[in-house]
Amino acid sequence: MTLRLQDVSKSLDGQTHIYPLSLELQKGTMNVLLGPTSSGKTSLMRLMAGLDRPDSGKIYWEGKDVTGQRVQARDIAMVYQQFVNYPSMTVYENIASPLRIQKRSSAQIDAKVHEMAELLQLTSILHRMPDEISGGQQQRCAIARALVKDVGLVLMDEPLANLDYKLREELRSEIPRLFAASGSIFVYATTEPEEALLLGGNTATLWEGRVTQFGPSMEVYRQPADEITARVYSDPPMNFMSVRKGAGSFHYKSGQSFAADEGLADLPDGEYRAGFRAHHLEIGESTAGKLAFDAKLIVTEITGSETFIHVEAAGERWIGLVPGIHTFKVGQNFQICLNPESIFYFDQQGRLAVGSNPETGQMRA
Amino acid sequence: MEKTVNQRAWILVLPVVLLVAFSSVIPMMTVVNYSFQDSFRGNDFFWVGLEWYSELLRSERLWDALGRQLLFSFIILLIEIPLGILIALSMPKKGWLASLCLVLIALPLLIPYNVVGTIWQIFGRSDIGLLGRVLIDLGFSYNYAQNAFDAWATVIAMDVWHWTSLVALLSYAGLRSIPSAYYQAAKIDQASRWSVFRYIELPKLRGVLIIAVLLRFMDSFMIYTEPFVLTGGGPGNATTFLSIDLVKMALGQFDLGPAAAFSLMYFLVILLISYVFYTVMISIDKDETKQ
Repeated sequence: MTLRLQDVSKSLDGQTHIYPLSLELQKGTMNVLLGPTSSGKTSLMRLMAGLDRPDSGKIYWEGKDVTGQRVQARDIAMVYQQFVNYPSMTVYENIASPLRIQKRSSAQIDAKVHEMAELLQLTSILHRMPDEISGGQQQRCAIARALVKDVGLVLMDEPLANLDYKLREELRSEIPRLFAASGSIFVYATTEPEEALLLGGNTATLWEGRVTQFGPSMEVYRQPADEITARVYSDPPMNFMSVRKGAGSFHYKSGQSFAADEGLADLPDGEYRAGFRAHHLEIGESTAGKLAFDAKLIVTEITGSETFIHVEAAGERWIGLVPGIHTFKVGQNFQICLNPESIFYFDQQGRLAVGSNPETGQMRA
Repeated sequence: MEKTVNQRAWILVLPVVLLVAFSSVIPMMTVVNYSFQDSFRGNDFFWVGLEWYSELLRSERLWDALGRQLLFSFIILLIEIPLGILIALSMPKKGWLASLCLVLIALPLLIPYNVVGTIWQIFGRSDIGLLGRVLIDLGFSYNYAQNAFDAWATVIAMDVWHWTSLVALLSYAGLRSIPSAYYQAAKIDQASRWSVFRYIELPKLRGVLIIAVLLRFMDSFMIYTEPFVLTGGGPGNATTFLSIDLVKMALGQFDLGPAAAFSLMYFLVILLISYVFYTVMISIDKDETKQ
């Protein structure tokens, strides 16, 4: 079972939702579509599902062209951000409904429903109606309804977005288990980089209707192909500054310079963009081997155990995530520093600068 | 602790008290007063106790009118509710066509009752009316002024024409509030059109349909103007519904006592039936979600 999209594109009302893109999803893989709101995640899923027809390009399922096939004839299931269940049916009937349409025997249906209910912890509420159970349970019911059909392709469009934080974490931790039990191709859309990492599998980063990179999630995270991918795959977004390379070293605006990594030493001299993630920023006086900047505080957001600090430094606006609670005053000046080893370098076209050894060239946590 | 007594509040409430008193409480009490008395020449009153009530309860005329009224409301609901839903389902979902449809559908609602009556009265006339003339030319014998069935059919047609729009608009609003994800999910589940209606649209419409049934019931139970304009309650007593009978009694015969007793009973009947309707439908609502 593979799903292959070849040069598919989609526009609606003169707006391009998906620029021609190709993607191949393998049997039994978890694939995360990661991108901000209106980056084309839902549009792409609708194409995969057959709810929309691509304007151009072909879609192959197990090598067979299914581009024009109606959604009813496809072997798919979908879970939405809203909790979609039949309002007048019990949880049991909801889970059973796809099987009833397939005209399975009632013994078979009963066994299947109980198996799904067990898997999703719905057994005790099988007789309840959707509007009597919590949001998390409603979404479990919707997921059970999707998985009970044993389809080849399961599409989940931000299924946890409408749940509160606790329920979201709980259900998220179960999704890899459900996925492993099903053996289908999973496609999971989310706006949260953290979610993509937790789910593992592959990640396709989306930006304005284009897939900027597709590969194993950890690899995409540690070696983003370009600036946009790095931006999408960082929360809060990646911080940037300009840097000049010359004579085997990177020269920063702060006046400091550091010798380029072994992999990057042979990069051509010139201007580069340096990017780093929020959690690499540190507060305090510089120690040896670290980059130091004078920063001015714009605002702080305290989450409880960590503090987001929005600062102005090196002529840029950065966000840092530092452990502990820090109560700076707005406008206060202080020192921040940064380990140069956590920096990604991008060339003027926004591509990740990869030196002589692309395998180890720039692997950052 | 000392309580502050604020007498000014009375002054602030006074306008409402006066308004309600003059617009409903006092007229209502006058009616109650009349219903216990007999009058001669409109100004000599005698106390008769519950006589009018017991007389009315034994009067065949009232029971007949009530029977006609119930049958009428039943038929109206039976036609208007499904028809309204059907219209709402077949209306376009968005675009200029949807706006156009909404305006066209809302038009009948803007027309006053007596104008509707007059329109259909002329429309159905067997000598010059478009409908009446065409029916007769097609070989049907149609005359609402002489045939009771024809009169009923005309009054029902009038009400359906006038009020189905209300049900359609309410249902349309209900349908529009169903998230599109439900339809997609049903599509993916390979559900039939009927299943989509039965298991998604109808349950989601339940709230507005309860309102629609209640509104249409109460309103049709008080129908007066249309049959009055059409035949004045005839032929014979065929379209003499409760309110027409009431007006005949009160103004035609000037029997203030019985008319007052009649209107109070009429009021109670509407209140009672609406209450029963409401309770039953709300409990169905609860049962369905509890099972």
